Amino acid sequence: MSLLEGVPRRGLVLLAILLALLLVFPMFASGYLLAVGFLVLYFAYVGQAWNIMMGFAGQLSLGHSLYVGLGAYAAAALYVHFGLSPWIGLGASIAVCALAGAVIGFLAFRFGVAGVYFAILTIAFAEFARIGFDHFTWVRGSSGLFLPVANYIENDLWNLRGSPAMFYYLMLALAVGAFILCHAILRSRMGYYWLAIRESPDAAQALGINLFRYKMMAVILSAAMTSLAGVVFAFYYNNLFPEQIFHISRSIELILGPIIGGIGTLVGPLVGAFLLTALAEGMRELMLQLGIEVPGVKQVFYGICLLVVVMFLPDGVWPPLARKLRLDR
Amino acid sequence: MLSVSRVSKSFRGLRAVHEASFEVPQGSINALIGPNGAGKTTIFNLIAGVYAPDAGEILFENKRIDRLRPDQVCAAGIGRTFQLVKPFAGLSVLDNVIVGALHKERTVSGARVLSLSILRKLGLEAKAAQPAASLTLPDRKRLEVARALATRPRLLLLDEVMAGLRPTECDQMVQVFRDMNRADGLTILLIEHVMRAVMALAKHIGVLHHGEVIARGTPEEIVRHSAVLECYLGEETEV
Repeated sequence: MSLLEGVPRRGLVLLAILLALLLVFPMFASGYLLAVGFLVLYFAYVGQAWNIMMGFAGQLSLGHSLYVGLGAYAAAALYVHFGLSPWIGLGASIAVCALAGAVIGFLAFRFGVAGVYFAILTIAFAEFARIGFDHFTWVRGSSGLFLPVANYIENDLWNLRGSPAMFYYLMLALAVGAFILCHAILRSRMGYYWLAIRESPDAAQALGINLFRYKMMAVILSAAMTSLAGVVFAFYYNNLFPEQIFHISRSIELILGPIIGGIGTLVGPLVGAFLLTALAEGMRELMLQLGIEVPGVKQVFYGICLLVVVMFLPDGVWPPLARKLRLDR
Repeated sequence: MLSVSRVSKSFRGLRAVHEASFEVPQGSINALIGPNGAGKTTIFNLIAGVYAPDAGEILFENKRIDRLRPDQVCAAGIGRTFQLVKPFAGLSVLDNVIVGALHKERTVSGARVLSLSILRKLGLEAKAAQPAASLTLPDRKRLEVARALATRPRLLLLDEVMAGLRPTECDQMVQVFRDMNRADGLTILLIEHVMRAVMALAKHIGVLHHGEVIARGTPEEIVRHSAVLECYLGEETEV
């Protein structure tokens, strides 16, 4: 079965145009715009990873900052202490996050913790990590882990030292990869089973689906994918603080994209990430131009966006947009 | 094929099923009838692995299934429908059935072929692309049946699938079950209030009252059974 089977041609054309725009974007963008572009792709990627759990398998995680943080710390610590390339370090990141996801999943799904209680469990683990890492001296505790920074003349992709454009393309590759992976999963047995579990766990189980196994797969895959974003995050910003990276606001921030864009859709996380990041930054720029210096404008804007979507577009921006563009088949 | 022996189940002291015993022979069509609250659906849930019985045992093809999870019971070869239908509302009708078909089919495309043929049998083919949420109640009942059939069970448990169907639709459904019973050797155990369907389908009937099996026999025997008449119509008194 082909990956493209059943995808409307208009959709393919639009995707190709979008990809081309994203590819040439760094050639025209200023440093600031490039940073915004990176953020859009970052949120598109982690939103896609979170969407696997909530949008596909129906398990609400409010603690995905745990996986970003663990992934970031694992690769960064190996680089700082042993000079290991992040491409090797990401193996450790994936392993640590998959394990963390498996532990949380096991505790929840084995003992029937579901719904909001599952969400609380995920918050609890992210908070454990935040407080624990404050006292974890191997990674410098609360004073933060810093990666050595210098002016790089050439991009060193092996050690992820280089220009913002390199990070932009790296994030783009991840976002595209995640999109294709999710598209393929939705057409596989696992995808069908996840959606069935989301829609009705009782009926899914009566049809022979092992709920525990498939929910575990969702949480482990989502955690492992999110860890990669953490690795890029660490080498892009070059500093890690437990108080920031594990903070619950980080978990909330990364789920807003898919919520605004459309939970459970492939394009939703992308649209949501673009809307929120690009528009929030644009808003800040506008305020700057108008000479209004009000801290927290971005947060207020987030709030308004959420309100509007919840009130008028409860399924997110993408599903009605897809109908308008006739991309829903 | 299925043997339920002295099975009991209570919920917080409320006796839902008490020492119920009955057999379902291979290749037969059987009905469980009884007034509301008699424990019929509880018995289904005990067989399907939703609850574990407090006492007694359930054998399917000579293996104990009363400690299995619902997905393991399905894997053992028992399909079930829910009285309160549980469609995957956000998925299309076809995708609903594909989920069931994937139980035995290796590939999604194989599951799609099987699902379409089952939808055709149940007259849902034209609605395959619709979201399940848009179906009417009778169609949702059909979808329940289609999904359960897609797992290719050897025993099918039907929980009031005729309720809400018009008499002609009911007769069509009866015909579908008869065909599958004859052609594929599918064994059926049904809970039903619609006596038109019960009398047309079942070769054996068990009557449940207050969680106990009070009568077993052929349809002809059951309609003349005094205990059955009593529980449905009240005791006969001389005037």
